[in-house]
Amino acid sequence: MRLDQRLIAGMIRPRTRVLDVGSGDGALLDYLFRNSGCDARGIEIDMREVTRSVAHGLPVMHGDADHDLVHYPDNAFDYVVLQRTLQAVERPREVLRQMLRIGRYAIVSFPNFGHWRLRLQLLLRGRMPMTSVWSTPWYDTPNIHPCTILDFLTLCRDEGYVVQQWMAVDEDGERAPWRRSIRLANLFGEQALFLLRRKDTPRK
Amino acid sequence: MDQTNPATTLSHQHATFPDGLQLDCGFRLAPVDVAYRTYGTLSPARDNAVLVCHALTGDQYVADPHPLTGKPGWWGRMVGPGLPIDTDRFFVICVNVLGGCMGTTGPRSLRVREDGTEEPWGTDFPAITIRDMVRAQHLLIEHMGIDRLLAVVGGSMGGMQVLEWCATYPEQVFAAMPIATSPFHSAQNIAFNEVSRQAIFADPQWHGGRYWECNEIPARGLAVARMMAHITYLSEAALTRKFGRRVRTSPGRGAAGGPGALFGEMFEVESYLRHQGSTFVRRFDANSYLTITRAMDYFDLGAEHDGDMSRPFRGTRTRFCIISFSSDWLFPTSQARLLARALNQVAANVSFVEIDSDKGHDAFLLDEPDFDRTIRGFLCGAAEHAGIG
Repeated sequence: MRLDQRLIAGMIRPRTRVLDVGSGDGALLDYLFRNSGCDARGIEIDMREVTRSVAHGLPVMHGDADHDLVHYPDNAFDYVVLQRTLQAVERPREVLRQMLRIGRYAIVSFPNFGHWRLRLQLLLRGRMPMTSVWSTPWYDTPNIHPCTILDFLTLCRDEGYVVQQWMAVDEDGERAPWRRSIRLANLFGEQALFLLRRKDTPRK
Repeated sequence: MDQTNPATTLSHQHATFPDGLQLDCGFRLAPVDVAYRTYGTLSPARDNAVLVCHALTGDQYVADPHPLTGKPGWWGRMVGPGLPIDTDRFFVICVNVLGGCMGTTGPRSLRVREDGTEEPWGTDFPAITIRDMVRAQHLLIEHMGIDRLLAVVGGSMGGMQVLEWCATYPEQVFAAMPIATSPFHSAQNIAFNEVSRQAIFADPQWHGGRYWECNEIPARGLAVARMMAHITYLSEAALTRKFGRRVRTSPGRGAAGGPGALFGEMFEVESYLRHQGSTFVRRFDANSYLTITRAMDYFDLGAEHDGDMSRPFRGTRTRFCIISFSSDWLFPTSQARLLARALNQVAANVSFVEIDSDKGHDAFLLDEPDFDRTIRGFLCGAAEHAGIG
């Protein structure tokens, strides 16, 4: 399991109901079931990954964040997880709303477009940045809604979500040391990881 | 021609329930015979039973040779020792559906008339539903002392039975695999069934459904019904791959027709369909075909719930695995997705896989490695969650 998935797993209390949107190879689901006794289920857009997960006995359905969350009832889950996908969905704000409608907590990770390397490339070369995280050219990228950590915080404030926990993570998933200053995190963090809750959900 | 059917004289492993069944149509059908086959060993805790539900023209001979045709079981590649539905681990049960013609009570079964004489039910057999089929299976499961089925698995009409099991006996189904099926029979599917039925009615040997009195069977009509239905089980790509436009010259007909005769040659696809039709009539009863296709037509999970397909599953704790096939146009993925979303609405535990295949609806009976892996993995996962080693 990737290191950032370990960090996500660390945010999830044992024996809770979890929906992992974009569950990929199902590593997080498997971990949550075996180590935390969670009722963990997945939604995945890539059919090969779905088949592989189900063939491992994991409950995964073919679907995606934009079209399938709307079918679940309110409060069906304790946590809804969206890993490295927010920037690629059609309507990020609506997806977040759905996540916090069907789940009490939302765990969201996304690549930070505010990283200093991206800023510097755009400033010095005048071209769309290309890094190991943002590695596809503008005309091919699935990442149609990139944002910075500060942008995301603003959206959370506007939508009335409480940021219960946040951290910056480097590309390998190692937790970056920028825990205190969100501005430094926005400059030096390659990925961001947020634990959100609705205002009406009590702090755990 | 003399068409005394050997099927009528066969005996099948069965259980008899003298009190019978209260059917959805209000009729009490009694007594009821339920014919079945089992494979593997029931565990001492009676917790490893997997019920396999067969499709329209299937039967209980899922993994051993068919007593009439001698052909291997219809799912012999899926059910057996070490196979995806592993009989070394699971106790597999397959039941001939109510209304069928392989030992379970159906239109060919004898009834006692008011004057004390016996005759087959024929077209007087009451209209049954998929739920009635499931109730008959439930009688057998209780009779076997099984409180909960580890899994109920089935494709096509078998998938409808799986869904009906989950809706009618939710506490008794730990895991469910509805395959290549739909939460309701679509207008298109009803239309195909109607063409099949009309082909049977149009056969001069149909005799208003009392063909046994003349010692005949409406073989021609039933064969046409089967031929038409068989096309719907395949895909254009599968037909092209198997037959293309290849022609075979039939010596008899070629000579009779002479050069340039309209039907002097036969396309291979025609020959194949005729073979399908002629072998089918040897093992299947026309009145059963009518009774069962009608039951499929009536199937609509949301019908009693203002069209809400999720209501029958409210509060369900069953683990579902819905499987569709990309080239299946009879029970397309779009209908499977409707089912998946209905189950999402009640926050059910749902897996949903579309298997990439060009073999059409029949793909669930054929060699599809991803499909095998999915069935094996889901059942293993279910067994693990159920606490079965």
